[in-house]
Amino acid sequence: MTSTNWATSRRGFMAGAAAGGLVLGMGMPAMAQDHTPKKGGTLRVGYTQGESSDSMDPATYSNDFMFAISYAVFSTLVEIGPDGTAQPSLAESWEPDADAASWTFRLRDDATFSDGMKLRAVDVISSIRHHMGDASKSGVKSLLSQIADIRADGDSTVVFDLTSGSADFPLILNDYHLTIRKDMDGRIDADSMIGTGGYVIENFEPGVRADLRRRDDYWKEGRAHFDRVVLLKVGDPAARMNALVTGEVDLIDRPDLKTLPLMARNPNLRVHTQNGTLHYTMPMNTKAAPFDDANVRMAVKYAIDRQAIVDKILLGYGTVGNDHPIASSMPFYNPDLEQHAYDPDKAKHFLSKAGLDGLDITLQTSDAAFNGAVDASVLFAEAARAANINITVDRQPDDGYWSNVWLKSPFCCSYWGGRPTPDLMFSAGYAAGADWNDTHWENPRFNELLVAARSELDQGLRTEMYAEMQGLCQQDNGSLIPAFGQYVSAMSTKIRMPERISEMWDLDSVRFIERWWMA
Amino acid sequence: MSNVSKLILQRLILGVLTLFAVSALIFVGIELQPGDLAQQILGQSATPETLAAWRAELGLDLPAHLRYLDWLSGVAQGDLGNSLASRRPVADLLMSRLSNTMFLAAYAAIIAVPVAVALGLLAAMWRNSPFDRGVNVGALSAISMPEFFVAYVLILVFSIRLGWFPTLARIDEATSLGDAVYRCFLPALTLMLVVVAHMMRMTRAAIINVLASPYIEMARLKGVPRWRVILRHALPNAAAPIINVVALNLAYLIVGVVVVEAVFSYPGMGQLLVDAVSSRDLPVVQAVGLFFAATYVTLNVLADILSIMSNPRLRRG
Repeated sequence: MTSTNWATSRRGFMAGAAAGGLVLGMGMPAMAQDHTPKKGGTLRVGYTQGESSDSMDPATYSNDFMFAISYAVFSTLVEIGPDGTAQPSLAESWEPDADAASWTFRLRDDATFSDGMKLRAVDVISSIRHHMGDASKSGVKSLLSQIADIRADGDSTVVFDLTSGSADFPLILNDYHLTIRKDMDGRIDADSMIGTGGYVIENFEPGVRADLRRRDDYWKEGRAHFDRVVLLKVGDPAARMNALVTGEVDLIDRPDLKTLPLMARNPNLRVHTQNGTLHYTMPMNTKAAPFDDANVRMAVKYAIDRQAIVDKILLGYGTVGNDHPIASSMPFYNPDLEQHAYDPDKAKHFLSKAGLDGLDITLQTSDAAFNGAVDASVLFAEAARAANINITVDRQPDDGYWSNVWLKSPFCCSYWGGRPTPDLMFSAGYAAGADWNDTHWENPRFNELLVAARSELDQGLRTEMYAEMQGLCQQDNGSLIPAFGQYVSAMSTKIRMPERISEMWDLDSVRFIERWWMA
Repeated sequence: MSNVSKLILQRLILGVLTLFAVSALIFVGIELQPGDLAQQILGQSATPETLAAWRAELGLDLPAHLRYLDWLSGVAQGDLGNSLASRRPVADLLMSRLSNTMFLAAYAAIIAVPVAVALGLLAAMWRNSPFDRGVNVGALSAISMPEFFVAYVLILVFSIRLGWFPTLARIDEATSLGDAVYRCFLPALTLMLVVVAHMMRMTRAAIINVLASPYIEMARLKGVPRWRVILRHALPNAAAPIINVVALNLAYLIVGVVVVEAVFSYPGMGQLLVDAVSSRDLPVVQAVGLFFAATYVTLNVLADILSIMSNPRLRRG
């Protein structure tokens, strides 16, 4: 797991160290020694997101605040481990049939809800079905369309029948939407706060705060160390940083990167970065002129100065992208692909292959796509001029960007939070006919490999297939992927975490409440 | 008193009409915004099927005028409806935010109004003195700075450097009054600095205006002390404009504090409104908007009534 391209700056080095699985403690080398969890303490978190429109209904979760509550109060069948693989949670074991089209999950016998009731197979079935069917308004509805049927086999075994083989199926069940609730006559009570997780909710004010208390009878060993957890929504970045500096909270997400070096001088605080799957994209519609010519797409990909975007827009908290969506920390990452770099001559070469001397294109952008997208677009336009590519930067309103611009514009800015496996990532945004295939890309070889790799249980063969698919994305797909962003958070030095954490999403893939502790 | 009761009746009718017009404007405004609740909540992860499911459940697929009439008939029966996003009753959502907003507004007003009026009186009394100049420069400087800047400066000095006050103004039902007063001191101080100048300058101007009248000269000539001239003779006649500007600022303290709420992470109505607008949660936007409009209408009526009461000629008319 090595990133092919990072600058020799201090941050770049640390990013590499994080990719190798080391936990960062900037300026705090001593903390690396203490990895024995300790019970007790109150964790107070200042979160950027959280809305007064939030509800307990798992189909509606749309921000970090609710993701964190979801994982702390409820549980999923499996959870993602530090190595990116599925680990047991409510399910103690699982196995596929020969073609990975039917999966049998055995539930733990000792898992109980916070009201003392035992977990049953029917709870699992109703909870998953909540996201399926015509009336479902869940964000994971299309992800679950591969499930043909769910059935119970006794009281503690659940069988998922899929429409076709899927070797990564267990990892889907780590999703924060798919937490298990109690069945009430064939359906779940979506507003109920009773879950199987390590914490119970004492107080919940949507968009303001949530108070959690540890369950004394939690069934999972060696987890849920904090006595209490207080989640506060602190939307203003300066207010969030101030609250951390004055000790009113112990942990904040998304600190202001510009003032972060000043804050890091405080000996009681440390900055934490994770090389996640988050990446920024500029999708070109491969069905619309001039991007329907693969040479034009290659020319555009060589006309952007990726390192400048990482240095100036991400302020060093990121790594350059290579025009495929697989992060260096993910399984099946292909380290052998040549890195796309800024090269105006190569861009001109591809333009001439397309029979063009120059190119006039419009890039629609907005900071709704990602923080700094407008500046990144302007930077791109300047760099592209040297390759005879004239980019008009068209700034769009933040409001309604996803409904009015994304998927509709021939060339715009976007982002992907990323997915745990190549199959999930490719199926969501790159497969022919996928709802979010924002480049309208239909590459026959790619789609053939996607289906073949999905049900392939031989890891060696899968690695080869995914390596080839990453190459196809890089050479033919319309997504220009200039950079992968790091997840950045800041916390008191009292907060401790395991030696290896899951980096897919921020803060131990949002499972920090259950996995971390206080010194 | 017939003058006053006629005015109240007139204003009440006008007030209801105003609220009605405001609700229609809010509805049209939200409709003109790109995207609806389903798109805003699902964001990038929206698919046509999930959007359709959301819209069908919430009735967003009905024509706009039907949705408005539906909402209006509910309100006419005293039912503000449920939040579209969280399904909780709007009245419940409003209650805690409303009391927080009123608490902060009252807190700031209790400091700001006496300070502003007193400073205005003193400035008028010692017109053109170094004191007058100093107060004016100070108050105008405070109002000229954006409120978030004032707030950040106060946080820097009182929270980070001195460590006297918290940076987050977190209160809930369990917070005791003393605790709430302590935690909300910085936001209240910020608001005070922002509103004092307007009221102070108006008080000063109104008093100085009255001080130019012949009857004041008469009082001075017969040897009434200066402070007594101002309090006993000038102030009652300058009350009407002062009451008006105080009412205007009180309304501002209730409806205009969203920036201060954000800086101190204070759970008030402003934040609720911003959240509701960004998710296009119409019943919540309407309720908050109507409350804000009603605040303005009520305080204006109150200011008019008090102005009339303070003027014996109008009072008897």
